[in-house]
Amino acid sequence: MATELTHHTAAQLAEGLRAQQFSAVEVTRAHLNRIAEVDGDVHAYLHIAGNTALATARSVDAALAAGEQLPALAGVPIAVKDVMATQGVPTTCGSAILKGWVPPYDASVIRRIKDARMPILGKTNMDEFAMGSSTEHSAYGPTRNPWDLTRIPGGSGGGSAATLASFTAPLATGTDTGGSIRQPAAVTGTVGVKPTYGAVSRYGLVALASSLDQAGPCARTVLDAALLHEVMAGHDPMDSTSLTGQYPDVVAAARRGALGDLGGVTVGVVRELGGDGYQAGVRQRFDEAVDLLTAAGAKVVEVSCPSFTAALGAYYLILPSEASSNLAKFDAMRYGIRVYPKGVDDPTAEQVMAATREVGFGAEVKRRIILGTYALSSGYYDAYYGSAQKVRTLIQRDFAAAFEVADVLISPTSPTTAFPLGDKLDDPLSMYLQDVATIPANLAGVPGMSLPAGLAEEDGLPVGLQILAPARCDDRLYLVGAAVEAALTSRWGGALLDRAPSLDREAV
Amino acid sequence: MGASGTGETVLAYDEAMAAYDPVMGLEVHVELNTATKMFCGCPTTFGAEPNSQVCPVCLGLPGALPVLNAKGLEGAVRIGLALNCTIASWCRFARKNYFYPDMPKNFQTSQYDEPIAFDGHLDVELDDGTTFRVEIERAHMEEDTGKSSHVGGATGRIHGAEYSLVDYNRAGIPLIEIVTKPLVGAGDRAPEVARAYVSALRDLLRALGVSDVKMEQGSLRCDANVSLRKRVSDDATSSEQKAVPFGIRSETKNVNSLRSIERAVRYEITRQAARLAAGRRVVQETRHWHEDTGVTTAGREKSDAEDYRYFPEPDLVPIAPEAAWVEQLRTTLPEPPAQRRRRLQTEWGFGDLEMRDVVNAGATEAIEATVVAGASPATARKWWMGELARQANTRGLELSALAITPAQVAELQALVDAGTLNDALARQVVEGVLAGEGGPAEVVAARGLELVSDDGPLIDAVEAAIAAHADVADKVRGGKVAAVGALVGAVMKQMRGKADAARVRELLMERLTP
Amino acid sequence: MSAISREEVSHLAMLARIDLTPDELDRMAGQLDVILDAVATVREVAGDDVPATSHPMPLTNVTRPDEVRPSLTPEQALSGAPESEQQRFRVPRILEED
Ligand SMILES: [Mg+2]
Ligand SMILES: [Zn+2]
Repeated sequence: MATELTHHTAAQLAEGLRAQQFSAVEVTRAHLNRIAEVDGDVHAYLHIAGNTALATARSVDAALAAGEQLPALAGVPIAVKDVMATQGVPTTCGSAILKGWVPPYDASVIRRIKDARMPILGKTNMDEFAMGSSTEHSAYGPTRNPWDLTRIPGGSGGGSAATLASFTAPLATGTDTGGSIRQPAAVTGTVGVKPTYGAVSRYGLVALASSLDQAGPCARTVLDAALLHEVMAGHDPMDSTSLTGQYPDVVAAARRGALGDLGGVTVGVVRELGGDGYQAGVRQRFDEAVDLLTAAGAKVVEVSCPSFTAALGAYYLILPSEASSNLAKFDAMRYGIRVYPKGVDDPTAEQVMAATREVGFGAEVKRRIILGTYALSSGYYDAYYGSAQKVRTLIQRDFAAAFEVADVLISPTSPTTAFPLGDKLDDPLSMYLQDVATIPANLAGVPGMSLPAGLAEEDGLPVGLQILAPARCDDRLYLVGAAVEAALTSRWGGALLDRAPSLDREAV
Repeated sequence: MGASGTGETVLAYDEAMAAYDPVMGLEVHVELNTATKMFCGCPTTFGAEPNSQVCPVCLGLPGALPVLNAKGLEGAVRIGLALNCTIASWCRFARKNYFYPDMPKNFQTSQYDEPIAFDGHLDVELDDGTTFRVEIERAHMEEDTGKSSHVGGATGRIHGAEYSLVDYNRAGIPLIEIVTKPLVGAGDRAPEVARAYVSALRDLLRALGVSDVKMEQGSLRCDANVSLRKRVSDDATSSEQKAVPFGIRSETKNVNSLRSIERAVRYEITRQAARLAAGRRVVQETRHWHEDTGVTTAGREKSDAEDYRYFPEPDLVPIAPEAAWVEQLRTTLPEPPAQRRRRLQTEWGFGDLEMRDVVNAGATEAIEATVVAGASPATARKWWMGELARQANTRGLELSALAITPAQVAELQALVDAGTLNDALARQVVEGVLAGEGGPAEVVAARGLELVSDDGPLIDAVEAAIAAHADVADKVRGGKVAAVGALVGAVMKQMRGKADAARVRELLMERLTP
Repeated sequence: MSAISREEVSHLAMLARIDLTPDELDRMAGQLDVILDAVATVREVAGDDVPATSHPMPLTNVTRPDEVRPSLTPEQALSGAPESEQQRFRVPRILEED
């Protein structure tokens, strides 16, 4: 029973709860048991909130018994990335500097999840302050890929992706600054969506790079992602960059896409996001997906986005710049740890700040803060930060031109499958290259999705297909994604994750 | 040679002026009187208990985001318009990055190269009635910091303190920073220009209703940049003089009264002049003004290492004020204070000196309201510049803070005009009103201060005085009329002041002279 | 050629308030060099005529009404403080007002 429940999709759980086939407490308990069973190996969770999750589940069961009308995902548990402020529940962002910090407030997204009556199972591991593509930069130890525990689960949201792939949560939240939802989804065989910038409130999400950050859903199916997307998105007056106005119905789009007809849809293959730098098995699965889209009735064209070649450079200037400022607040004065410098009598506030930040931040965070401090400093601003912001304009223009001829764009999500833990830790640049295909969407603010495209032949590990759509047209991701998913699962005879190792103790 | 022990050597002001031409730049920070902070909904009430007016946003908690206060933006635009500035058609906020414990995010949300208002001016009237035009470089929006108090050490000051305690209630309070262009051509009147500018700015902001402008509470703060350059012409406004490059400047921070601004600028001129005259350099640095000793002392040296790494604030979207909205705000501007002053002076028939004293005392509004309530301008002026000014002074209050309203002053004067009170009694009534005993009529009734207009009791008192001071009475009878004053005094004392002294004198003379 | 020196990294670390050991300084100078080299292409891509984009979505004039919202309680505000005293955040001695 427990295993069954943890292997249900969110949509199935919602349906079963409404039909009272099982209770929300049973569902939550099944997931807590599964966490106890397998998370010791996977380490997807930093904090487990079992009691509050069960309390929420109980209130949902009571409401269902009373015949109350509840939100669609009421009683469906969720794992939350540790970058989201949760009142009364520790929030560390994977950083030692925030060890033990318990926020006195909820992020707006968390409010929405609570309003949707979804039990929050716990907080998921991540690269420190979301800087990384492997979740190895967590101060609390890496998360392991459920497909192969010696490999990385992607990052920064490796914890969230791993909960899905290890069946310790049916849904999870992520944040995506340069691919932190999509790349983990790709390497764990799950679905991840970065909505249009401003679709989901950033209030209460510990900022990495404000102009790039966007929260979104992580799930095992396209429909599940759409259901969570609907919960998370919506205008928030607490976020100045929050979008107003009509927002497309992503759930309807996912259901329509599952019917498998893409007649009238033009799909653009981005020439610059593919080719030599991409692993052979990744390219192979991507090419198959293109054929599949054609078979579903879509028109496939090639588009060129020449400025994308400069996207990585622009990203690694804008992100560190904004991050260097956003992370200045971690200074040991108001919250977080405080470290006194060794061998200094009667240290000043300044010295305590510097000592705390030395001890509290990991190497990658320090690297990016220094890089950002450099890019913003008076002598270099124009050359670095200023130029990067111009590249951003060019990338937006490239997208605009491409979307003149195509409804959506596609590419592999990540150039490689999951690499072994430790492989790229001492080579920041090769780690950065993981995000080469996902970064343009963040720079331009457009939405993107990654969904499973199969396993690479050479290593048997998941490959992700990325779909990109124009700003505010997130529904197109779901339409096309659901069609691809339907075609692939029927070819595979089931979900890709069915082929993942069980991780069960008995099976080992 | 002047100044106290902690000051540097200074040159006499006249000598300094003979050799050097001062250039000033004034930066004024104004706290807006909005109900909430600039970027969050926390209240701005002054004097609340520590850390009771903070939220995730103004406390800089991880994840929090700013949203601009519409009233703060409106205040900024109205100030810009009142200072004859151009209002930006598109501008952004910027982050000014530096670490300081009273700054929750370790950056200040401010404006940098795109201020909301720029290129304006304010015409400032000087003591001699001439006008000096202060060119305004910019007015921009930003947020205040928290407040730290220093514990340990001798004086509670920052130096020598063991640790500090921070209250973030003030963090995020809306500020408008108003920056002048370099003020040249003021010559030896530079200190006066500085004072007059801040005074005029304060009047303007008060008239706009955007700020409490209370310097003692810090809702208006001034930083004065002063530098000297060689004097090449007797005329500070001549083109040769203006062509001389500026000297190195010092920045004196947080000078918090009008008088101090004038004194601080004057001190800096004489201090820098002494250095230059001795062949030494002026150091580019922050200086602190000491009200008690009247000197400035060196603070942090401004070096090129100071790099605020400004960049556009990504968490706030650009501001593009619509022209129609700006024009609508323009119609809400009050009459410019200088123009209003001239109009009132004409209406009231005051002389230049009288009017200047009224303005300097901050009595214009009170007199205007008293006149509206029915008093004559002359009597209104007499009250506010006389007895009430004295009362305010002994209480250490501003005139506007006295517990008597212009309407009550007009009522009081009406009682005097009706013969119900004499001046001495009226002053007692003022005491009563200020003591919270009610309005003038109530105080008169309660204290029984009405003049005795019935001759009966007066005649009794007069007879008694003549009997008691027979020697004095004889002198008067003998022709020494001046001696009657002593008898009048005796009668007034007997009547406890509640008599019309002229009538008493009349009654006495009737009895003592043929 | 090295774009960024050890001394420069040390100055940046001071600006960013991070103590770095001599070892870290060396390693970081090397890594930053590699990264800056890789990102340097951005300087050649866009001409003077290209405007900069600071915000991905073209929103303007987002404001909130001047209405009071509940603050945190002082206890909540101070709940994460490493040290507090007299309902204030206690911080080490401060060198100099800015
Ligand atoms: Mg300022
Ligand atoms: Zn606040």
